[in-house]
Amino acid sequence: MAPTGMGGTMDLGSSEAETLEKTPGGPEGTGPREKPRSLWSDAWRDLRRNPVFIISGLVILFLVVISIWPGLITSQSPLQCDLSKAQQGSQPGHPFGYDGQGCDVYTRTVYGTRISISVGVLATVGVALLGSFLGGLAGFYGGLGDSILSRATDIFFAIPVVLGGLVLLSVVTSNTIWPVVGFMILLGWPQISRIARGSVITTKENDYVQAARALGASNSRLMLRHITPNAVAPVIVVATIALGTYISLEATLSYLGVGLKPPRVSWGIDISSASAYIRQAPHMLLWPAGALAITVLAFIMLGDAVRDALDPKLR
Amino acid sequence: MTQAATEPLLEVSGLVKHYPLTQGILFKKQIGAVKAVDGVDFHLGHGETLGIVGESGCGKSTVAKMLVNLEKPTEGSIKYKGEDITRLSGKALKAVRRNIQMVFQDPYTSLNPRMTVGDIIGEPYDIHPEVAPKGDRRRRVQDLLDVVGLNPEYINRYPHQFSGGQRQRIGIARGLALRPEIIVADEPVSALDVSVQAQVINLLDRLQAEFNLSYVFIAHDLSIVRHISDRVGVMYLGRIVETGRDVEIYDHPTHPYTQALLSAVPVPDPEAREHRERIILHGDVPSPANIPSGCRFRTRCWKAQERCTLEVPLLAVPAEFRIGDSPAAHDSACHFAEEKQVVPPEEPSGGAA
Amino acid sequence: MLLEVRDLHVEFRTRDGVAKAVNGVTYSVDEGETLAVLGESGSGKSVTAQAVMGILDMPPGKITGGEILFQGKDLLKFKEEERRKVRGAEMAMIFQDALSSLNPVISVGDQLGEMFTVHRGMKRKEARAKAIELMEHVRIPGAAERVRDYPHQFSGGMRQRIMIAMALALEPALIIADEPTTALDVTVQAQVMDLLAELQRELSMGLILITHDLGVVADVADKIAVMYAGRIVETAPVHDIYKAPAHPYTKGLLHSIPRLDQKGRELYAIKGLPPNLMHIPPGCAFNPRCPMAQDICRSEVPPLAEVDADRRSACFFWRECLDDTSSN
Repeated sequence: MAPTGMGGTMDLGSSEAETLEKTPGGPEGTGPREKPRSLWSDAWRDLRRNPVFIISGLVILFLVVISIWPGLITSQSPLQCDLSKAQQGSQPGHPFGYDGQGCDVYTRTVYGTRISISVGVLATVGVALLGSFLGGLAGFYGGLGDSILSRATDIFFAIPVVLGGLVLLSVVTSNTIWPVVGFMILLGWPQISRIARGSVITTKENDYVQAARALGASNSRLMLRHITPNAVAPVIVVATIALGTYISLEATLSYLGVGLKPPRVSWGIDISSASAYIRQAPHMLLWPAGALAITVLAFIMLGDAVRDALDPKLR
Repeated sequence: MTQAATEPLLEVSGLVKHYPLTQGILFKKQIGAVKAVDGVDFHLGHGETLGIVGESGCGKSTVAKMLVNLEKPTEGSIKYKGEDITRLSGKALKAVRRNIQMVFQDPYTSLNPRMTVGDIIGEPYDIHPEVAPKGDRRRRVQDLLDVVGLNPEYINRYPHQFSGGQRQRIGIARGLALRPEIIVADEPVSALDVSVQAQVINLLDRLQAEFNLSYVFIAHDLSIVRHISDRVGVMYLGRIVETGRDVEIYDHPTHPYTQALLSAVPVPDPEAREHRERIILHGDVPSPANIPSGCRFRTRCWKAQERCTLEVPLLAVPAEFRIGDSPAAHDSACHFAEEKQVVPPEEPSGGAA
Repeated sequence: MLLEVRDLHVEFRTRDGVAKAVNGVTYSVDEGETLAVLGESGSGKSVTAQAVMGILDMPPGKITGGEILFQGKDLLKFKEEERRKVRGAEMAMIFQDALSSLNPVISVGDQLGEMFTVHRGMKRKEARAKAIELMEHVRIPGAAERVRDYPHQFSGGMRQRIMIAMALALEPALIIADEPTTALDVTVQAQVMDLLAELQRELSMGLILITHDLGVVADVADKIAVMYAGRIVETAPVHDIYKAPAHPYTKGLLHSIPRLDQKGRELYAIKGLPPNLMHIPPGCAFNPRCPMAQDICRSEVPPLAEVDADRRSACFFWRECLDDTSSN
């Protein structure tokens, strides 16, 4: 039956239908008072309510602050040691006791934060930039470059990290964080590159990218405006979690004697020197190891919380 | 002037798209091809709607992508006002793109979730800045929102704050922004709820009249295609097997595939259950990587004979209908074309729906 | 009565609030009968079916009221263990997406055979023979050779046949088919629907067909329940509903679909959008979109009123709705 033949009450033209839809606060429940919300602001709103995020965020904030200004919570120098107090336990003014060289464990733990955080952050930034640049381009353009990059990542994945560190870093003489950071970027980028490549390939297939292409958008516009903002989430999540592992990798390398060496102050170095006295003076190991564990855990938890907030499937 | 009236807006001939099948990791060797589109011809006039129907995998979406230059044809030409757009690049291509726009199927993936509605609809102006001066764009975007039946105040919202039907309207507004002459719509309503489909179809109808648009309307739903199209092409395995005006195709089909397709459509009328003849096809559509010889429909056709294996039927008016003015006299690629009415004619009383 | 759903209520607790997906649904199916549950996305048609099958995700879902009587017994009072015995053996479900409903790494023969080894304690060899028999029953050509094939080696239509075979394996009394042909092409759709209808007649099962497609419903159903915003708005024998709908929503749907045998004319469009299930309008949920709405529709929920012996309509003005149609 044709609508034209229907009774007056049913015979509603589409124009009327549309005016109703135009009225704000229609049956959709998106009222006029509601502010426009981007996915990022939604994610932020979620994160603010998530206790895991709040706790790990505060821990990380604290760690970052003391790595920049360790003087805020300790007035001593980590290198001011008194051999006569070696291995002594907790005493007033020195709550964590002394290490094998008679240095204050508390102060050394506080100062150790700086190296851990800076190695972690620098390595992550480097890995994320290099990895997402290479992976993103490979995913976007495909072809021979992509094949070569994929094989290259396979080769890098095959290198055992610790063994590679022992070999490569043992020839380095500079006692700064740069060789360690460089080594991590060298071995770390394939992980991010793989994620970025996959993410870009999935995003690239979306109709909105096709739509922009059909409008005549340039490749740089497609990449910057359409693909990057939609493909970046998994990279952020993986990079945050990886940050924790880089911090523990730095400690591992320093423990093995190929990372940073004394007189630099690092949790890895302290753990290494404390391990010889684990029976007599376990406190020497406990504090730097505890700080390391808390830091790594905080970053992994942060990564988890960020993933939950950015995961579109829960949306 | 007379030239413009007779010359079709869009003329597609011999369009072919083959995707190579390759083996090997670094050094790829071609071992075959998926023949997604395998020789398609059609034309589109000013203000006309051409419907293309077919089942999944028949190549209709690939045709759409080639029309808007998202895919490069392997062979053939697409002439827009006499100029082959498949050979264009750079500025000339960009200029043509302004005039041929696309509306996508899935309103959930066709809008960038990180952009506001205003940015999405305004993006065409960023890419083609000559169309609208900067200061004028916001007003134009709001006008477009109004045209497609959305509140212009929604300009700062994000796509996920809208329902499917509203998102499809946003997609349509984006397609209209550059004032194109041709809109290629690939299944524009199939992802929407039934009650919302009608709203969007009516909108497309209204916009066609208002902006003098020509549509290439691609869909699998035969009823919707009939509703909106002036002419219809039926595709099967990368080719058009029958084409003609809507009455010719729906009321006087001569190709067995069209007949089977029409008879398989469930009609919302339980009375029709009894008096409808249903042609149930056997088997599935063959793989486009391995197309049967001769007539590509022969493996499922109840009329197939030896000739169908040997000889490819051409898309032309079958000999027996060439004399006279019968509505059966339209292009049909079948050696044994024969008129058969499968859709019961409309009851004159307009009886029960 | 084989299955009776009485006043079923289901809610979903989400981050943004409580979504009332099913708000007092009542329907029934008898042996050998086909009930079509018609509705758009969000109407609660699938959620109701999931509650009947006992496969609703809880949480976030929660059944907050009602009864599901299957052969006279309330399934909601069953323990999970008892419920599991009913599922598969007594009632089975066919889903829209056959590819994701089949395990990709197990051959179809083993998946079909599993029904017999698990539920009937058959030996593997015996079960394999049964699987071939079933595949022949749903007319898969070359069943004996294809029994070792994996799901991806079958076409969409064939996969859906395998799903049907699996559902039929233990000869259940009730089959629930949730959009069984939506993902298929028209020509294949017809094959699968015909097969399903034929098997149902042959085995005299009850069939609940959940769909949004008015055409499919007209082809196979005996009676229809139309759902909107978690409620049934109209139930009727299939012929009556197409001839003279007694609810403005049904009427709007029927008029809004283009016809194969008719050209042109502006389509009737139901104005507005389906409601957000977290903010269902007070009164009749359809009132903001209804051309016949009066004040009462905005304040009171219309009950399912008796139109005649087999028909119910949840509209205060069902008489006017019917008259309006018959006057044409």
